[in-house]
This record gives sequence, structure tokens and C-alpha cells, in this order.
Amino acid sequence: MASYSTNEFKAGLKIMLDGEPCNVLENEYVKPGKGQAFNRVKIRKLISGKVLEKTFKSGDTVEGADVVDIDLAYLYNDGEFWHFMNNETFEQIAADSKAVGDNAKWLVENDVCTLTLFNGAPISVTAPNFVELEITETDPGLKGDTAGTGGKPATLATGAVVRVPLFVQTGEVIKVDTRSGEYVSRAQK
Amino acid sequence: MADSVSQSSWRPSADIAVLKQRAALLAKIRQFFAHRDVLEVETPCLSHGTVTDQHLHSFTTVLSHPGSADATPLYLQTSPEYAMKRLLAAGSGPIYQICKAFRDEESGRFHNPEFTMLEWYRPGFDHHQLMQELDELMQQLCGCGPAEKLTYQQAFSHQLKVDPLTADIEQLRQLAIERGHATLVRHEQDKDTLLQLLFCEVVEPAIGQTTPCFIYDFPASQAALARLSDKDPRVAERFELYYKGIELANGFHELQDAKEQQRRFEQDNHKRCLNNRPQKPVDRHLLAALQYGLPDCAGVAVGVDRLVMLALNHSRIDDVISFHIGHA
Repeated sequence: MASYSTNEFKAGLKIMLDGEPCNVLENEYVKPGKGQAFNRVKIRKLISGKVLEKTFKSGDTVEGADVVDIDLAYLYNDGEFWHFMNNETFEQIAADSKAVGDNAKWLVENDVCTLTLFNGAPISVTAPNFVELEITETDPGLKGDTAGTGGKPATLATGAVVRVPLFVQTGEVIKVDTRSGEYVSRAQK
Repeated sequence: MADSVSQSSWRPSADIAVLKQRAALLAKIRQFFAHRDVLEVETPCLSHGTVTDQHLHSFTTVLSHPGSADATPLYLQTSPEYAMKRLLAAGSGPIYQICKAFRDEESGRFHNPEFTMLEWYRPGFDHHQLMQELDELMQQLCGCGPAEKLTYQQAFSHQLKVDPLTADIEQLRQLAIERGHATLVRHEQDKDTLLQLLFCEVVEPAIGQTTPCFIYDFPASQAALARLSDKDPRVAERFELYYKGIELANGFHELQDAKEQQRRFEQDNHKRCLNNRPQKPVDRHLLAALQYGLPDCAGVAVGVDRLVMLALNHSRIDDVISFHIGHA
């Protein structure tokens, strides 16, 4: 794996730190007028998800992390693993609950998700920004109410709970923003 | 950095309204010096010699000679200091300059590789008198209160409970490790690097937040072009100005001794050699001018872009320069 100098650090670069792959979020160049330059780098550890600041001597090198993002279609969950498939090669990859984490509630069959692989194994799964899911349970709500009144909780087919407007009912399919977990609209038929 | 050319990349980094305010501040600076009979000068950006400082990286270009295969390497100045000192030695009296300076490998929120510098020299002043004058300029430009003054030793020991002048390298390493910098300092052999790390990470954020703060009498090992103190040779008569977490200016009670200057240049080049950095050609003209005689004087360099940024309450240097390097 290539090494990167602190001068090459920019948002999105994947590096190894304390044996863990990390994503560079920000890189601030700090330099006393007469003296050694430093880079104050904000990073996210990709496995633990922890965000931290680390200061490097400018010009120091750090090993890159063999981390790649690939787009795969979600197939099914067998109770232990979530299975994904490359739609072109039909190659399949299974991700465990550590990699899928909270995003399990946004996985919809056949949706194309982004899997982050470290040394070939999935460490995180990101659902598409928008998914469409059926409401399995929500209070009927009062007649005549319109959007804008704070809404009500609705449970979706995957178990996710989102706030929806009062006029949306059980059995309807809605569009949700997976980044914020917010209701967007009724699904377009 | 090299942003791809997009629909909007021709546009200035700064708003036109900001550029107007910037121009007004520059006019105020010129007025400040006109009132004090300090002469505005211009010196070359290109030079045959350059800085040897191991942490300053100059840009190089070449001068071609028509009809000849020879080409002369030239350096873009990292500050106008050497040329201005030659003017002082030639009897210019007090002088100032607002010019472009160039530093490779410096780019970030508070850095642009090409930036505007205000530099001035006052024959007959020591560093304390010059701090006083810079303080007055700051109050006029930024509307801030009078600056606080602390020695390097006071500021450092107040924040870190260790005397930077007597601490040994292991003590400083321990301080850095306690603050989460174990990886960086584990193999560090240079005491100044440890001091600079601790100063940047711990002292700087704690000083000059409401009014500007001068730090003066730096450790002798960080003297640069300042003379050592007669009273305490462990420190150099050098100062820096900090305001709102940003380093704004660096000044010296200037070293006059040509031999000592030459020794420092050679030592810099020796350190460059040890760190696998290319050695740099020493500025012979400066040494000759010092030999001829530099008047007793103090000088200071101020980062104008940062000053404008602070005066106008912006948070990035790009906000106050017409085109930052990515769109230059």
C-alpha cells in the first residue's frame, strides 16, 4: 500500500492509524512563523466510528489503508449476515452486524448500497440516500389534519420508525431520507 | 488544491465589498507610516541568494541569458528582509514595504503560498519600542485594545508549568505525550520541534483571545535573525504577535554582527544537510551589508492577509484575497 505525506492529506483519503483504517475529514496546516510546520488532522476511525484530532509533523508519511467503496445490490438477511451482490459479476459478499450497524433498517431488497471494504472485507454499509418503505403500523390520525402539525410515529417494513404527517396511513409506501431518517414524501407510483 | 475549472472558478475568492474594505485598510497603513516619516520602498521579489532557514521553502525559477545555454537560478523572496537591510546599511533611515512574499509548501486556512507582507524597520528602536508601534497600528486597524505582553518563558510556564529555558528534551517529550502526541514525539531529537509543538497546541490557543498578545524573548535556539539578549543570553530579542489564535507578526531587534549571521546561515545549511534538505545559497550581499554596518534597529513583518481577515472578522484567508492559489 502506498504511503502518503501529510501534505497529501485531504478529505476522503484513507490512512492507517494505530492499526485501524481511518478516513481523513479535515487537514489544517499549522505553522509557527519560524519553525516546524504541523498538520492538525481530523479523522474518523472507520471501524469504531470514533472521530478524533491528531497532530502530525508536516511532511511525515503515513501508510495508506486498503479501503475501497463498491456499489452492491442488497439481497437478503439470513439472520446473521446481510448478503449483497455485484449486479454485473453476480459475485456475492456477506456483511456482519458490526459492518451494517444501524443501517440495517434502511436496507431494501435490490437497492444498490455502498459497501466499504478494508482488505477485502466489509466494514461499513451505506444505504442509498433515499429509500421507499411500506408503513406497517401508524395511528390512524384525525380527519382533516394536514401536514405541519408535528406528525406521528410510523413503523416501516424494516422496523425503522420515522415521523410522518398525520394524513399518511398504514399500508402506504413512503420515501425516506436515510441520512437524516426523515420522511420526504409519499412514494411516486 | 488544483481545483478543476468549473463554471464559477473564474470568480474571485473574496467579495468585491471585502476587497474595497481591504483597500481602505492598506490606505490606512500607508497613512500611518506617512505620518511617522517612514519611507515606503520597493525591493526585488527575485534574488540570487535566499533563506537558509530549514522550515522556509522558497520557490525557484531561472533567468535565461539570450544566446547562451547558461541559466541562473533565482529565488522568489520569502520576505523582503535581506534587501531592506541593505537599504538600511546604505543609510535609508526608517523604511517600510508592502509586497508579495512567496513560501512553498504553505497552504491552508491561514496560509496562501503567495501572500502580502508588511515589513518595516526602525533605526534606533529596540524590540520593545517596535512592539509599541505595532500595537498602535493594530489598535487603529482592528479597533482592539492595547496588547498584552508576555515573555516566552512566562507564557510557556504559565500554561505548561515547566520552564522552557531549562527543561530538557525528555521533560518536553513527556509533556507532549501527556497531551496525546506520543506518535509524533516518540523519536523526536530536536528540542525546538517539541517546544514549537507545545507552543502551537497549548500556549497559542490560550493567548491573545480578547486583545492582541506579544510574546517576546524567544529561546536563543529560535533566534532566527534577532540578536541575543545582553541580560540573558539564553533568549533572543525576538517577538511574535498573536491575536484570536492567529500568529500575525514576527519581529527582531536585528542582529548586526556579520560573523554571527554567517555562522547562523552555515548552521542552518548544516541542519538542512542532516535532514536531507537541499542546502541554499547564502545571501552574500546581505553579509557584505552587515560587514559594512547595519544601524542598530528593530524590524517586523506582518501578514497583511491575516490582519485584514481579523480586522474584517473573517475566518479564512481566502475570504480576503482576490484569488487564492487554487483559482490563481
